Amino acid sequence: MPERNLVQAVRDALDEEMARDERVCVLGEDVGLKGGVFKATEGLQARYGAQRVLDTPLAESSIAAVAQGLALEGWRPVAEMQFVDYSFPAFNQIVNEIAKVRYRSNGDFACPLVIRAPTGGGVRGALYHSQSPEAFFCHVPGLKVVLPSTPRDAKGLLKAAIRDPDPVIFLEPKKLYRAERQEVAEGEAALLPLGAAAVIREGVDVTAVTYGYMRAVTAQAADRLSQDGIEIEIIDLRTLRPWDVETCVRSIHKTGRVVVIYEANRTGGFGAEIAAELAERCFASLDAPVSRIASPDVPAMPFSPTLEHAFMLNPDKVADGLRRVARY
Amino acid sequence: MLRARALDDRRFVLNRAGKLAFIISPRGHEVAQVAAITALEPGRDRFCLYYRNFAAALACGFSADELMLSAFARAADPSSGGRQTPGNFGSRRRGVIIGSSTVGPQIPKAAGIGLALKWRGEGALCYVSFGEGATSQGDFHEGLNFAAIHHCPVIFFCENNHWAISVPQSLQVAGPGVAERAAAYGFPGVRIHGDDFFAVYDAVSEAATRARAGEGPSLVEAEVLRLQSHSTDDDQRAYRDATELAAEAARDPIPRMRDALVERGWLTTETDTQLREEVGREVERATEAAESASDPDPGSLGRHVYADA
Repeated sequence: MPERNLVQAVRDALDEEMARDERVCVLGEDVGLKGGVFKATEGLQARYGAQRVLDTPLAESSIAAVAQGLALEGWRPVAEMQFVDYSFPAFNQIVNEIAKVRYRSNGDFACPLVIRAPTGGGVRGALYHSQSPEAFFCHVPGLKVVLPSTPRDAKGLLKAAIRDPDPVIFLEPKKLYRAERQEVAEGEAALLPLGAAAVIREGVDVTAVTYGYMRAVTAQAADRLSQDGIEIEIIDLRTLRPWDVETCVRSIHKTGRVVVIYEANRTGGFGAEIAAELAERCFASLDAPVSRIASPDVPAMPFSPTLEHAFMLNPDKVADGLRRVARY
Repeated sequence: MLRARALDDRRFVLNRAGKLAFIISPRGHEVAQVAAITALEPGRDRFCLYYRNFAAALACGFSADELMLSAFARAADPSSGGRQTPGNFGSRRRGVIIGSSTVGPQIPKAAGIGLALKWRGEGALCYVSFGEGATSQGDFHEGLNFAAIHHCPVIFFCENNHWAISVPQSLQVAGPGVAERAAAYGFPGVRIHGDDFFAVYDAVSEAATRARAGEGPSLVEAEVLRLQSHSTDDDQRAYRDATELAAEAARDPIPRMRDALVERGWLTTETDTQLREEVGREVERATEAAESASDPDPGSLGRHVYADA
């Protein structure tokens, strides 16, 4: 199996799905000639032509709208928003149009498409290249939301998202694009189902529910705590809507403690929903309050390295939070 | 046109009687809407309609019965099974793309549909309509720009009634009007009298010929009258001049259309009377059928959120 980093895995998924199904097409800013600002679509235009790999105007609302029009006519578009921070001009198209097509037509129309976007911080991207707004999309019935954290997951879930009959928001943690190389399967063997979490570390003391870049940070924190005899069980959700509640519940029945770790600012983040649901479902099994470790409630991640560092969660902060819950 | 008017009049009465929650009237727009759709090919072309397109929906093939079912939000409403306010028309088999109640999003969506139709290469086109208020939205620019870049077979049809609820055109549209904006995108834009059936038909036919020949989009601005308030929740007498309203009511395009047809010898007074009676009976039947039709099953609330539910 070839070794791939996360952005190469995304590119491979697009390539394989375009080869498999001629209805799959890619559109967005700079996706064609340049192959994407992160190279996620590199080489695709040369292989599939300027129609199926379409450079659009710099106008996110119409990127989403055109993708919707193509989907309504039987194509399987994968639209790229260059940064998820820049998807907000398309918010009406995504939330009021794309997400509601099936419901508002009572099942007469469907809108199967994928909107890919790099998400998250820690790359000196500052306020407008670092946001983690997944909660906005998770709040919307009709959308599915995927946020992978490894090359293998990115490829398998993107392939599944492209084949899914409903619209999928596919968020890629840009800090992980080139962080790790992994052997990644090819073709059908790579496929992974949406909505299934992965238990990536087993432990008996505290369940840590996380996703995206925070998976790696939580794993480092767990290594440290292990040296102190505290064993953390880590669940990477991978898909946020629908999210795998049952895997989390099973783990909490074992550990009796749960912490939700997410990169977005704390208030109203998707971790708040996870915490609320798990508190309802697991109250009788809990030995400590459900708690959250999240970024501070400031508008976004600043540019200055010291301020960026102050904003970002890191293994120290996460280990402190986990230790507090373990000792409660 | 007569059917649209008669149905709308009945809906208005039913609203005031407390039987219909909300409607948006096409009164004053009917001639322009029917003329535009008549120039196209329902069943082959795509139609992205907006909420005032009641007469256009009839011209696209919706029946009086069906539109009354949607007015009553019944389970058998073909557009949405009673989920949307009446005016959000949709029918896949008729090529009418399901609409929403926000203003303007159908414009760039139509560009995407047009792109797909161009790729398919069968000569079909996408017609998209909107009021002049929608031209203030960024989506108007994005849609026209995209369609022009890719020579998409799209007809942008603006029904300019000069009022977006209470905001007049002078506070809505800079410059002389909407049609002129097409020039900036490099495609034709024309402004016509929307109460002149033949002028609208000709303009839309010409746009259709261009679209089907692969020559790209066109913009048609039809000037129309808003003879009714924005919706049944609005009363335009509160913000519009009474003399102006009376003058506009006297310019109702439907009697003018009848006169034009009679003048050409295409319609006799007897046929006109006969048509009105037929339409009246149709409205009666549609109203009775819709009043006694079933509401959606409360258990269906969660259906069609996703493909598997």
